[in-house]
Amino acid sequence: MTDDMDLVFKALADPSRRLLLDRLFAEEGQTLGALADGLAMTRQAVSQHLALLEAANLVATVKRGREKLHYLNPVPIHEAHARWIAKFERPRLDALAALKQSLEGEDDG
Amino acid sequence: MAKHTYVYVTYIVTTPEKVWEALTDRAVSASYWERENISDWKVGSRWEHRLPGKAPDVVGDVLEADPPRRLVTTWEPPEGRPERSDPTRSNRCTFEIEDVGGKVKLTVTHTDLADQDFQNISAGWPAVLSNLKTLLETGRTVPNPFNAVANHPKA
Repeated sequence: MTDDMDLVFKALADPSRRLLLDRLFAEEGQTLGALADGLAMTRQAVSQHLALLEAANLVATVKRGREKLHYLNPVPIHEAHARWIAKFERPRLDALAALKQSLEGEDDG
Repeated sequence: MAKHTYVYVTYIVTTPEKVWEALTDRAVSASYWERENISDWKVGSRWEHRLPGKAPDVVGDVLEADPPRRLVTTWEPPEGRPERSDPTRSNRCTFEIEDVGGKVKLTVTHTDLADQDFQNISAGWPAVLSNLKTLLETGRTVPNPFNAVANHPKA
Protein backbone atom coordinates (compact mmCIF):
# COMPACT_ATOMS: atom_id res chain seq x y z
CA MET A 1 0.00 0.00 0.00
CA THR A 2 3.02 2.30 -0.33
CA ASP A 3 1.62 3.72 -3.56
CA ASP A 4 -1.56 4.81 -1.77
CA MET A 5 0.47 6.59 0.90
CA ASP A 6 2.59 8.31 -1.78
CA LEU A 7 -0.60 9.74 -3.27
CA VAL A 8 -1.70 10.99 0.15
CA PHE A 9 1.57 12.78 0.90
CA LYS A 10 1.78 14.24 -2.60
CA ALA A 11 -1.80 15.48 -2.34
CA LEU A 12 -1.07 17.07 1.06
CA ALA A 13 2.13 18.72 -0.21
CA ASP A 14 0.22 21.55 -1.90
CA PRO A 15 -1.15 24.52 0.11
CA SER A 16 -4.15 24.98 -2.20
CA ARG A 17 -5.18 21.39 -1.65
CA ARG A 18 -4.74 21.70 2.10
CA LEU A 19 -6.95 24.80 1.95
CA LEU A 20 -9.63 22.81 0.14
CA LEU A 21 -9.49 20.12 2.85
CA ASP A 22 -9.85 22.85 5.50
CA ARG A 23 -12.90 24.18 3.71
CA LEU A 24 -14.43 20.71 3.59
CA PHE A 25 -13.68 20.22 7.27
CA ALA A 26 -15.50 23.48 8.03
CA GLU A 27 -18.51 22.54 5.92
CA GLU A 28 -19.16 19.05 4.60
CA GLY A 29 -20.88 18.19 1.33
CA GLN A 30 -19.91 21.19 -0.82
CA THR A 31 -20.16 21.43 -4.59
CA LEU A 32 -17.25 22.47 -6.81
CA GLY A 33 -18.87 25.89 -7.22
CA ALA A 34 -19.21 26.42 -3.46
CA LEU A 35 -15.62 25.31 -2.86
CA ALA A 36 -14.25 27.59 -5.58
CA ASP A 37 -16.27 30.56 -4.33
CA GLY A 38 -14.05 33.25 -2.81
CA LEU A 39 -10.79 31.49 -3.65
CA ALA A 40 -8.05 33.09 -5.75
CA MET A 41 -8.10 30.06 -8.05
CA THR A 42 -9.95 29.35 -11.24
CA ARG A 43 -12.77 26.85 -11.08
CA GLN A 44 -10.70 24.63 -13.38
CA ALA A 45 -7.73 24.72 -10.97
CA VAL A 46 -10.01 23.82 -8.05
CA SER A 47 -11.45 20.98 -10.12
CA GLN A 48 -7.94 19.62 -10.83
CA HIS A 49 -6.94 19.85 -7.17
CA LEU A 50 -10.13 18.03 -6.16
CA ALA A 51 -9.40 15.27 -8.68
CA LEU A 52 -5.96 14.72 -7.09
CA LEU A 53 -7.48 14.72 -3.60
CA GLU A 54 -10.08 12.20 -4.73
CA ALA A 55 -7.40 10.00 -6.33
CA ALA A 56 -5.59 10.01 -2.98
CA ASN A 57 -8.92 9.09 -1.32
CA LEU A 58 -8.73 12.21 0.84
CA VAL A 59 -11.98 13.45 -0.67
CA ALA A 60 -15.06 11.28 -1.21
CA THR A 61 -17.82 12.37 -3.56
CA VAL A 62 -21.53 11.65 -3.62
CA LYS A 63 -23.76 12.39 -6.59
CA ARG A 64 -27.03 14.12 -5.75
CA GLY A 65 -29.04 14.73 -8.92
CA ARG A 66 -26.77 16.71 -11.22
CA GLU A 67 -24.60 17.91 -8.34
CA LYS A 68 -21.44 16.27 -7.04
CA LEU A 69 -20.96 16.81 -3.32
CA HIS A 70 -17.47 16.63 -1.81
CA TYR A 71 -16.67 15.24 1.63
CA LEU A 72 -13.41 15.22 3.54
CA ASN A 73 -12.40 11.57 3.97
CA PRO A 74 -10.08 11.41 7.00
CA VAL A 75 -9.35 7.66 6.79
CA PRO A 76 -6.02 7.96 4.88
CA ILE A 77 -4.92 10.81 7.18
CA HIS A 78 -5.61 8.56 10.14
CA GLU A 79 -3.52 5.82 8.56
CA ALA A 80 -0.63 8.24 7.96
CA HIS A 81 -0.99 9.48 11.53
CA ALA A 82 -0.94 5.96 12.97
CA ARG A 83 2.02 4.94 10.80
CA TRP A 84 4.18 8.07 10.93
CA ILE A 85 3.24 10.06 14.02
CA ALA A 86 1.50 8.07 16.74
CA LYS A 87 4.12 5.32 16.66
CA PHE A 88 6.96 7.76 17.37
CA GLU A 89 5.17 10.21 19.63
CA ARG A 90 3.16 7.89 21.88
CA PRO A 91 5.71 7.46 24.71
CA ARG A 92 6.46 11.20 24.85
CA LEU A 93 2.79 12.19 24.72
CA ASP A 94 2.02 9.68 27.47
CA ALA A 95 4.81 11.15 29.61
CA LEU A 96 3.53 14.70 29.06
CA ALA A 97 -0.04 13.67 29.84
CA ALA A 98 1.11 11.97 33.06
CA LEU A 99 3.07 15.08 34.04
CA LYS A 100 0.09 17.34 33.32
CA GLN A 101 -2.20 15.10 35.36
CA SER A 102 0.11 14.95 38.34
CA LEU A 103 0.71 18.73 38.30
CA GLU A 104 -2.95 19.56 37.89
CA GLY A 105 -4.17 16.82 40.20
CA GLU A 106 -6.78 15.62 37.72
CA ASP A 107 -7.88 12.07 37.22
CA ASP A 108 -8.96 12.56 33.63
CA GLY A 109 -6.98 15.31 31.83
CA MET B 1 -29.51 22.42 15.11
CA ALA B 2 -27.90 21.49 11.80
CA LYS B 3 -27.72 17.82 10.97
CA HIS B 4 -24.47 16.53 9.52
CA THR B 5 -23.63 13.93 6.93
CA TYR B 6 -20.25 12.24 6.83
CA VAL B 7 -18.79 9.96 4.20
CA TYR B 8 -15.83 7.69 4.85
CA VAL B 9 -14.16 5.65 2.13
CA THR B 10 -11.50 3.01 2.43
CA TYR B 11 -10.05 0.61 -0.13
CA ILE B 12 -9.23 -2.86 1.14
CA VAL B 13 -7.47 -5.69 -0.68
CA THR B 14 -10.05 -8.37 0.10
CA THR B 15 -13.46 -9.65 -1.05
CA PRO B 16 -16.94 -8.16 -0.48
CA GLU B 17 -17.88 -11.32 1.45
CA LYS B 18 -15.02 -10.79 3.93
CA VAL B 19 -16.07 -7.17 4.47
CA TRP B 20 -19.68 -8.19 5.00
CA GLU B 21 -18.59 -10.82 7.53
CA ALA B 22 -16.41 -8.27 9.33
CA LEU B 23 -19.34 -5.88 9.67
CA THR B 24 -21.94 -8.44 10.73
CA ASP B 25 -20.10 -11.20 12.60
CA ARG B 26 -20.05 -10.76 16.35
CA ALA B 27 -16.54 -12.10 16.95
CA VAL B 28 -14.91 -10.51 13.90
CA SER B 29 -16.44 -7.07 14.58
CA ALA B 30 -15.20 -7.21 18.17
CA SER B 31 -11.66 -7.98 16.97
CA TYR B 32 -11.12 -4.66 15.17
CA TRP B 33 -13.94 -2.46 16.55
CA GLU B 34 -13.68 -3.44 20.23
CA ARG B 35 -17.47 -3.71 20.21
CA GLU B 36 -19.59 -6.55 18.83
CA ASN B 37 -22.26 -6.02 16.20
CA ILE B 38 -25.13 -8.36 17.05
CA SER B 39 -28.20 -9.07 14.90
CA ASP B 40 -29.64 -11.65 12.54
CA TRP B 41 -29.33 -8.88 9.91
CA LYS B 42 -32.85 -9.35 8.54
CA VAL B 43 -34.78 -6.26 7.47
CA GLY B 44 -36.83 -5.07 10.44
CA SER B 45 -34.62 -6.82 13.01
CA ARG B 46 -32.87 -5.01 15.82
CA TRP B 47 -29.11 -4.68 15.99
CA GLU B 48 -26.86 -3.88 18.93
CA HIS B 49 -23.34 -2.50 19.25
CA ARG B 50 -21.73 -3.29 22.60
CA LEU B 51 -18.58 -4.20 24.45
CA PRO B 52 -18.56 -7.99 24.95
CA GLY B 53 -20.62 -8.81 28.02
CA LYS B 54 -21.79 -5.22 28.57
CA ALA B 55 -24.99 -3.31 27.91
CA PRO B 56 -25.23 -1.91 24.35
CA ASP B 57 -23.92 1.57 23.53
CA VAL B 58 -25.90 1.78 20.30
CA VAL B 59 -29.07 0.00 19.20
CA GLY B 60 -31.18 0.32 16.08
CA ASP B 61 -33.11 -1.31 13.26
CA VAL B 62 -31.90 -3.04 10.12
CA LEU B 63 -33.48 -1.03 7.29
CA GLU B 64 -31.81 -2.74 4.31
CA ALA B 65 -29.64 -5.85 4.08
CA ASP B 66 -28.30 -7.04 0.73
CA PRO B 67 -25.28 -9.24 1.48
CA PRO B 68 -22.49 -8.70 0.55
CA ARG B 69 -23.27 -5.32 -1.01
CA ARG B 70 -25.32 -3.02 1.15
CA LEU B 71 -26.37 -2.64 4.78
CA VAL B 72 -28.44 0.23 6.18
CA THR B 73 -29.10 0.57 9.91
CA THR B 74 -30.43 3.18 12.29
CA TRP B 75 -28.26 4.16 15.25
CA GLU B 76 -30.10 5.12 18.42
CA PRO B 77 -29.28 5.59 22.09
CA PRO B 78 -30.22 2.39 23.99
CA GLU B 79 -33.22 2.07 26.29
CA GLY B 80 -32.62 3.55 29.71
CA ARG B 81 -30.36 6.37 28.53
CA PRO B 82 -31.80 9.90 29.01
CA GLU B 83 -30.97 10.83 25.39
CA ARG B 84 -33.20 7.95 24.22
CA SER B 85 -36.20 10.33 24.24
CA ASP B 86 -34.40 12.91 22.07
CA PRO B 87 -35.29 12.14 18.43
CA THR B 88 -32.35 14.19 17.13
CA ARG B 89 -29.98 11.61 18.63
CA SER B 90 -31.10 8.93 16.16
CA ASN B 91 -29.18 8.71 12.92
CA ARG B 92 -28.58 6.41 10.02
CA CYS B 93 -25.55 4.55 8.70
CA THR B 94 -25.16 3.01 5.24
CA PHE B 95 -22.38 0.60 4.30
CA GLU B 96 -21.78 0.14 0.57
CA ILE B 97 -19.38 -2.61 -0.48
CA GLU B 98 -18.15 -2.59 -4.10
CA ASP B 99 -15.62 -4.81 -5.84
CA VAL B 100 -13.36 -2.48 -7.85
CA GLY B 101 -10.91 -4.69 -9.70
CA GLY B 102 -9.53 -6.91 -6.97
CA LYS B 103 -10.02 -4.34 -4.23
CA VAL B 104 -13.09 -3.54 -2.21
CA LYS B 105 -14.29 0.05 -1.93
CA LEU B 106 -16.10 0.37 1.39
CA THR B 107 -18.14 3.56 1.72
CA VAL B 108 -19.67 4.44 5.08
CA THR B 109 -22.26 7.21 4.88
CA HIS B 110 -23.48 8.42 8.24
CA THR B 111 -26.40 10.85 8.01
CA ASP B 112 -28.76 12.85 10.27
CA LEU B 113 -26.00 13.39 12.82
CA ALA B 114 -26.52 15.91 15.61
CA ASP B 115 -23.45 17.98 16.54
CA GLN B 116 -22.48 15.91 19.58
CA ASP B 117 -22.89 12.62 17.71
CA PHE B 118 -20.66 13.92 14.95
CA GLN B 119 -18.00 14.65 17.57
CA ASN B 120 -18.20 11.05 18.72
CA ILE B 121 -18.22 9.31 15.36
CA SER B 122 -15.69 11.53 13.60
CA ALA B 123 -12.93 10.35 15.91
CA GLY B 124 -14.13 6.77 15.75
CA TRP B 125 -14.73 5.94 12.11
CA PRO B 126 -11.20 6.53 10.76
CA ALA B 127 -9.79 4.32 13.53
CA VAL B 128 -12.39 1.60 12.96
CA LEU B 129 -11.91 1.55 9.19
CA SER B 130 -8.11 1.65 9.39
CA ASN B 131 -8.16 -1.27 11.75
CA LEU B 132 -10.64 -3.19 9.58
CA LYS B 133 -8.31 -2.68 6.61
CA THR B 134 -5.32 -3.89 8.62
CA LEU B 135 -7.25 -6.95 9.81
CA LEU B 136 -8.46 -8.00 6.37
CA GLU B 137 -5.13 -7.35 4.63
CA THR B 138 -2.75 -8.75 7.23
CA GLY B 139 -4.84 -10.85 9.61
CA ARG B 140 -3.64 -8.67 12.49
CA THR B 141 -5.31 -5.82 14.34
CA VAL B 142 -3.81 -2.75 15.94
CA PRO B 143 -3.88 -2.98 19.74
CA ASN B 144 -5.99 -0.20 21.29
CA PRO B 145 -7.08 1.25 17.94
CA PHE B 146 -8.74 4.24 19.58
CA ASN B 147 -5.64 5.44 21.42
CA ALA B 148 -4.36 7.26 18.36
CA VAL B 149 -7.44 9.48 18.41
CA ALA B 150 -8.09 9.71 22.13
CA ASN B 151 -7.36 12.97 23.95
CA HIS B 152 -6.81 11.21 27.24
CA PRO B 153 -3.88 8.83 26.98
CA LYS B 154 -3.70 6.58 29.99
CA ALA B 155 -0.89 7.63 32.28
